[in-house]
Amino acid sequence: MLRALGAKDVDSLFRASLGKYLFRGKLKLPPPVSELELRREVSTILEKNRSTEQVLSFLGAGCWQHVVPEVCNEINSRSEFLTAYTGDVYTDLGRFQALFEFQSLLGDLVAMDAVTYPSYDWATAAGDSVRMAVNATGRREVLVPRSASPDRVRVMQQYAGAGRIRFFGYDRRTGQADLHALEEMISDETAAVYIENPAYLGFVEKDAEKAGRIARDNGALFIVGVEPLSLGVLKPPGEYGADIVCGEGQPLGLKQYFGGALLGFVACRDDVKLLNATGARLITVTDTVKKGERGFTFALPERVMFAKREESATFTGTTAVLWAITAAVYLSLLGPAGLEELSRTIMEKSHYAARVLGEVPGIEAPVLDAPFFQEFAVNFGRKSVKEVHSALLRSGIQGGKDITHDFPQYGNSALYCVTEVHTADDIDRLADTLRRALR
Amino acid sequence: MSKPDPQGYHAVRWQEPVIYELGAKGRRGFKVPEAEPRLKKAVGDVVGTIPGKMRRRAPPPLPELSEPEVVKHFVRLSQLTFGVDSGINAGVGTCTMKYSPRVNEALVRSPKLTELHPLQDEGSVQGVLELMYTLERMLCEIAGMDAFSLQPRGGAHAVFTNARIIDAYLKERGERKAKDEIVTIVLSHPCNGASPAAAGFKVRTVYPNMETGVPDIESFKQAVSKKTAGLMITDPYDTGVFDTNLQEYIKIVHEAGGLVAIDQANLNSVLGRLRIGDFGADMCQFNLHKSFSTPHASGGPGCSPIGVKDALAGYLPVPIIERDGGRYRFDFDRPKSIGKVAEFYGVVPNVVRAYCWLRSMGPEGLLETSAAATLNDNYLVKRLSGVRGVTLPWSRTFPVRLQEARFSLESLRRETGIGIEALNRRIVDYGVQRLFPGHEPWIVPEPFTPEPTESSSKEDLDRFAEIMRAACNEAYHNSGVFRDAPHNCSIHRVDMKAATDPKRWALTWRAYRRKLGDQSKGYGENPRRGSLGRKETGSSTPARRTRRRS
Repeated sequence: MLRALGAKDVDSLFRASLGKYLFRGKLKLPPPVSELELRREVSTILEKNRSTEQVLSFLGAGCWQHVVPEVCNEINSRSEFLTAYTGDVYTDLGRFQALFEFQSLLGDLVAMDAVTYPSYDWATAAGDSVRMAVNATGRREVLVPRSASPDRVRVMQQYAGAGRIRFFGYDRRTGQADLHALEEMISDETAAVYIENPAYLGFVEKDAEKAGRIARDNGALFIVGVEPLSLGVLKPPGEYGADIVCGEGQPLGLKQYFGGALLGFVACRDDVKLLNATGARLITVTDTVKKGERGFTFALPERVMFAKREESATFTGTTAVLWAITAAVYLSLLGPAGLEELSRTIMEKSHYAARVLGEVPGIEAPVLDAPFFQEFAVNFGRKSVKEVHSALLRSGIQGGKDITHDFPQYGNSALYCVTEVHTADDIDRLADTLRRALR
Repeated sequence: MSKPDPQGYHAVRWQEPVIYELGAKGRRGFKVPEAEPRLKKAVGDVVGTIPGKMRRRAPPPLPELSEPEVVKHFVRLSQLTFGVDSGINAGVGTCTMKYSPRVNEALVRSPKLTELHPLQDEGSVQGVLELMYTLERMLCEIAGMDAFSLQPRGGAHAVFTNARIIDAYLKERGERKAKDEIVTIVLSHPCNGASPAAAGFKVRTVYPNMETGVPDIESFKQAVSKKTAGLMITDPYDTGVFDTNLQEYIKIVHEAGGLVAIDQANLNSVLGRLRIGDFGADMCQFNLHKSFSTPHASGGPGCSPIGVKDALAGYLPVPIIERDGGRYRFDFDRPKSIGKVAEFYGVVPNVVRAYCWLRSMGPEGLLETSAAATLNDNYLVKRLSGVRGVTLPWSRTFPVRLQEARFSLESLRRETGIGIEALNRRIVDYGVQRLFPGHEPWIVPEPFTPEPTESSSKEDLDRFAEIMRAACNEAYHNSGVFRDAPHNCSIHRVDMKAATDPKRWALTWRAYRRKLGDQSKGYGENPRRGSLGRKETGSSTPARRTRRRS
C-alpha cells in the first residue's frame, strides 16, 4: 500500500499533513492488555458495585427499575441494529421501518399523530419541546409549575434559547398545579405551559385538561411531560388538549445502566407549523416505484441542521435510535392488554407500599394527598433521610431519592418508587426495617 | 478478486408488514408479574382512585402479537439493515464506521452495570465511578486537556455544551452582551453552526479560498472582531484536509478575547499524533461512538465527552467525579457550573466500552489505529483518483488526507447526467453501504466522502474502488440503469413527494390510516397493498430540493 502511494513510511504521511502539529511524545496511558486480562480487570472493578439485584431498591426519579423482557436485549444486541448508522432506506430499510414503528406505537400511547426521532432523554426532549413552542409561537415565556423535576428544568433552561422559563406555584398539600396562579401569570408573551403528569413527585395532575384550556385561551401551546407506563391507566395527553407531549422512554424495555440508557421522545399534533418549528428528523411512510410496495423517507428534510446549519430550529444528530427500536419491541410485546395490566399492577404495588409505610410510627406516607402512580413522597419526621437510609443500607435496602434539598417544604422526605418488580414480601421487609430504624 | 457485478448481489427482501398488520386479537408477548392476592385484597380498586376525567377510557390501539411473532418481525427488520458488520462501509465519511470489539459488548452486559440505579448510595457504585474517572483521566492525556465531562450524549450535544460554557464564561466576565458571535468554518460539521445557534449565539461562517481549499488568513481575520465569543470548528475538516493555519486562527480569536473549542469528531486518524490542548485550544470534544469504537447503535446512543483547560474546569456540567484517597464521589457543589445538559452522568455503557477499548489498545495501539486509518484513507484516495468522472478537489495543495477525503462527481454529472444522488442509488446494488455525500452547503459540487477507518482491509478497499469504477462506467455506458435504481435492494426507488406534502406524509400508523382512509379503497382488506393517494395534491410547503442526506 505504501508502494502504491510512493511513500517510504506512514510517518511521512503525518509529517506531510500535520507538520509542526505532529505529537512526538509518548502518551502516558497504561500498556495494552489481552482479552483475558481485560475481562479480569473490568470484572474486578465492576465487582465493587452492588447492583439493584443485590440491594432492594426503591429508587425512581427519572430512571426506573422494571422487568426488561429478554426479547428487548436480544433485538438490541443484533449486530445489524447495533452497528448500523446513517445508511439510507435502500440499505437500512429495517432501521427506517423500526423507527416508523416506534413513532407509531408512541403515537398511540400518547394519542398524537406526529412523533419525532428520539431525543437523548426526557430533559432534552422537554428542552426540544420548549424550543418548538418558542419557534412556533414567536413568544418567549414558558410557564412551569415549581413541582417539576429540578434537573429537567435545569436542562430546559439550557435549551430554551430565546425563551425563558418562569415558575408558578402548586398546592403544598396535594401537589396540584396552582391554576389560579397560572391564569394570573399567563400573557400574550407566553409560548407554552409545561406540566408533568404524573408529576415528578409521583402524583396525578387532576386538572391537567384545565391547564391546557388556560394555555389555549391565551394563544399558548400546552406541553405535557409523561412517564409512559402510566398511560395504561391515565388518559393520554392527546385526549386532554396537549399540543406537544414529551417524556422518558427508559421504562420501555431499557435497563437502568446507571442512568446511561435514557430515551427522550417528543410527539405533537400533525401540524405543519409545529413540525417546521423543530429541527428533529421525522420518518414518514411513502410509496416506491413498484406498485403496492411501501417505503419510508424523511419528511421535511430541509429543516434539519444537516441542511440548514445554524438556521435549523435546533441541533440533532446521533441520539438514541437503538433504544427507540427497543421501545418499539417492548410495546409490541405488551400490546394493549399487557400495558393496562402492567399499569394497574404497578399502582396496586405502589399503593400497598404507601399504605404499609404509612402505618409505621414516625412515618407519613404518602405525603401528598392526591392520586399517584408509582412514586410517592415519604416523610420521616424529625429523623433525617440520610440517617434513615443509612440504616436501610445496612439491611440491604436502598431507599428512595432524598428530596430534602430540592423540596425543603416537605422536611425530611424521600421519593419512593414501587413497580412491578417488587413483591409484597419486599414491601413488608422495607416497612419492617423502617419500623426498627425509626424506633 | 472477482470482478464487481451487481448481478451477484441481492439484499434480503421480505416485504415485511408494518407491525400493526401482524398478530391477532388477544395475543400477548409479555406476562406481567401480578400482585399477590393478599396485596390486591389490601388495596382494592386502585385505578378507581384516579378521577374519571384523568382515566384512560380505552386501551391504546397497540398491535397484539405473541413473543415469537415479535422476535421474527424484528429479526427480519434487522436483516434489512446494513451495519458495520454487514460489509463494506468505506464510503461513509465523517462517521468513522469502525469495528466494535465483541468482548466490550460482553462486558457492558454485566448485571453489575446494567442493574445500577444512578442515584444509588455512592458506596455501592465505586466500581462504575472508578471506570468513569479513569476514562476521564485517559481522555485528558490524549487531548492535552485538564478536565473532562462525560455528560453530553452526542457530538452535536457536546458542541452545544461547549457553547454553553463559552456563554457562562463570558457572562461571568460581564462580556456576554458585547460578545455574541461564534465564528465557524463551513468545512466543519454543521453542528458547529447549529449548536452554538441553539445555545443563543449568532454564527459567522468563514468560507475557504476555492483555490487552496482552506480559508485565507485575511478572510478569517475579517470574521473575527470584538464581538467574537469563540471559534468552533473541526480540524481535520470534513474534506480530509488538515488546516495548518489552526494555530494562527487560535491566536487571532484569543487576541479578540474569544475562546476556542475544537470539535474532534475527526480524531480517529490523528489519535496519539495530535494533542489539540498543546496548541492553545481551550475546549474539545471526542465522539466515543466514532474514534473509541463504541457501536453506532443505528444512530445512538453515542457519547461525546468534552475536555477543557483548567481555567474552564469550573464551568463543566455537574456533577464532577472526584477522587479522595481510594474513594470516588460526585461533586455537585460547583458554583460556576453551567448546570446540566442532560439527566444523570452520560451514556455509561459507552463510557465502559471506551475504557475497554483504550485498555486493549494502550498507547502503541492508538498509534497503530491512526497509522492504519491514514494509510487506508490515502490508499483509497489513490485508487479512486484514476476513476473516470471522479476528481479530488485541492489534490495539489493537499495531496495527503486525514480521516476521509471529499471527492467530486461533477465531471461525471456533466458528462453523463449522473450525479451523487443517482450514483448513491446504484452503488448499493453492488452490496456496499451507500456513500456519504457531504454536508450542506456543498462547497464541493456533487460530493462524496469515503472514510475507510483502520477496520477496512486492503481487499475491501480494492473491491470498493473497483465497485466505484464499475458504477461510474455504467454512467457512461448504461445510464438507463440509474433511472429506477436500486434494483437489488430490499425496496425500490421511493417516492419523495410524501416528504413535503402534509396531505401525504404520515409520521405514525394512526396518521397513515387517517390520511389513507378516503384515498385507498383497498385499505382494511389488504393494507400492504395500500397506496398513499396517487392523486396529485397541492403542497402547502414551498417546493424545494428533497435530496437525501445523512
